[in-house]
Amino acid sequence: MGTAMDEAEVAEAAAALRIEELRKSYGAEEVLRGIDLAVASHEVVCLIGASGSGKSTLLRCVNLLERIDSGSIWLDGQLITGPGVDQNLVRRHIGIVFQSFNLFPHMTVERNVTLAPMKVLGLSRAEASERAAELLDRFGLGEKRSDYPDRLSGGQQQRVAIVRALAMRPRLMLLDEVTSALDPELVADVLDVIRELARSGMTMLIATHEMGFARDIASRVCFLADGQIVEQGPPAALFGQPSDERTQRFLRRIVDAGRL
Amino acid sequence: MAEAPGLPDLSARRSRLLGTGDRRGLILSTTSTVVVLAVLAAIFLLAPGSRAVRTTFFNPTDMWRALVGDPRAGYYSVGEALWLNIRMFVIAEVLILALALVVAVVRQSTGPVLLPLRVVGTIYVDVARGVPLILVIFAIGFGVPALQLRGVSSESAAVYGVAALVFSYSAYVSEVYRAGLNSVHRSQVAAARSLGLSGSASMRYVILPQAIRTIIPPLLNDFISLQKDTALVGLLGSIEANKAAELYSDTTFNYSSYTVAAILFLLLTIPLARFTDHLIARDQARRLAGAR
Repeated sequence: MGTAMDEAEVAEAAAALRIEELRKSYGAEEVLRGIDLAVASHEVVCLIGASGSGKSTLLRCVNLLERIDSGSIWLDGQLITGPGVDQNLVRRHIGIVFQSFNLFPHMTVERNVTLAPMKVLGLSRAEASERAAELLDRFGLGEKRSDYPDRLSGGQQQRVAIVRALAMRPRLMLLDEVTSALDPELVADVLDVIRELARSGMTMLIATHEMGFARDIASRVCFLADGQIVEQGPPAALFGQPSDERTQRFLRRIVDAGRL
Repeated sequence: MAEAPGLPDLSARRSRLLGTGDRRGLILSTTSTVVVLAVLAAIFLLAPGSRAVRTTFFNPTDMWRALVGDPRAGYYSVGEALWLNIRMFVIAEVLILALALVVAVVRQSTGPVLLPLRVVGTIYVDVARGVPLILVIFAIGFGVPALQLRGVSSESAAVYGVAALVFSYSAYVSEVYRAGLNSVHRSQVAAARSLGLSGSASMRYVILPQAIRTIIPPLLNDFISLQKDTALVGLLGSIEANKAAELYSDTTFNYSSYTVAAILFLLLTIPLARFTDHLIARDQARRLAGAR
């Protein structure tokens, strides 16, 4: 028993991200009702669940874009939800990619990618451009660097958004249903980029509706319902023998819809 | 574009001219324009008082005299006086752009510490928009000199006039700014902040540049209005274009000077409107071309 505790503590200490008893309400509606979750370094954790189950809100809370009501979040063992925390400093280390891309429409692709490294990290234009060029080339966007976002396809825009977050060299990437706004034929390109990131060891917390993708890529899958993590485990176990009745019902609906 | 029955919409006409060469549409719109203008001209020329109006308001000799002026005869050049309007307008515009931005950003702020400033901003906008400009001009133009404060009470009437214009117009323009800031989707703020940009950096690099694009047309609208309202500063005794026209008519009992002033104001405002159209078109073209 004692050794088990020690192992748990070691695992906790190694966690890139740890969330404890997180609660968040919008008005009278409680969206997150006590979330406990740890993501280890190089781990890829997928959040699945119906729309409105709290997946997006959870990611936005981790990025401090939403004020939490209670609970705590640690990044690399440091409390980031306490008083006096410099949110801008925390956000440097956490990249987030949104469902609707949210590229800056008045800037070229390159400027989208170099803005934060220059203004936040203080890189020179040359350094930032080099960093941007490297990433854009790596994800097949090298030729698009002087285009404006409205000239790009949805898939290209989303890849630029991923590159924009990566240019800050984040400790952790949060992906919020990044393929939900894409035409089906563009989804694969974006998923390939994420697979490539996973292979390179990026720690990721991913909210997704792509069950096949989650099964492929995740080290662990968490099923959310009504603002709680109902069940979690390796993809094979969770998709193969879900133990909770709500998980079973959710997955059955997905299978019936032909999406798994 | 719908077929306009009367005076055709100019942009519709232009798009047809530049478009696929819809000759029938072009002929129709030209014909209707000519007919409408001819009818209006006929009404003007055949009106019972037409001759009197033409000699009082459109006398070429008087128009020329008013334009060039003759100090010995007791009147100033309307054309030269317009230079004062232009200077007042340009100075006021720069000050308004800056002051209005401050007011807008303060009113948009959310921090609890800034609440007193927000209250002041709201009261200022309510007062400045609620009081007629002419009263503001009188209040500042006659009130400040009456205070006999060293350094501020002995300026020229034009300075007080500009101060009054800035006071009044900054309130309107701050609302234009605010509408522009609100037009930028909240998700843009989230994207900027998520990258670690501070609130002010997000405002400067992400929100403002986008807001400015959407506010150029309404901003121009306010500035055209401002150009015309510089004429009100004449009430304080400054010899601007409208005042010069008034002095001419007082001396000669001919109102053609006012027509000259009107034409000059038109010549000022039309290029501004075209310039803004050009800016908007260039921005769109640049974004579509994808070139830097």
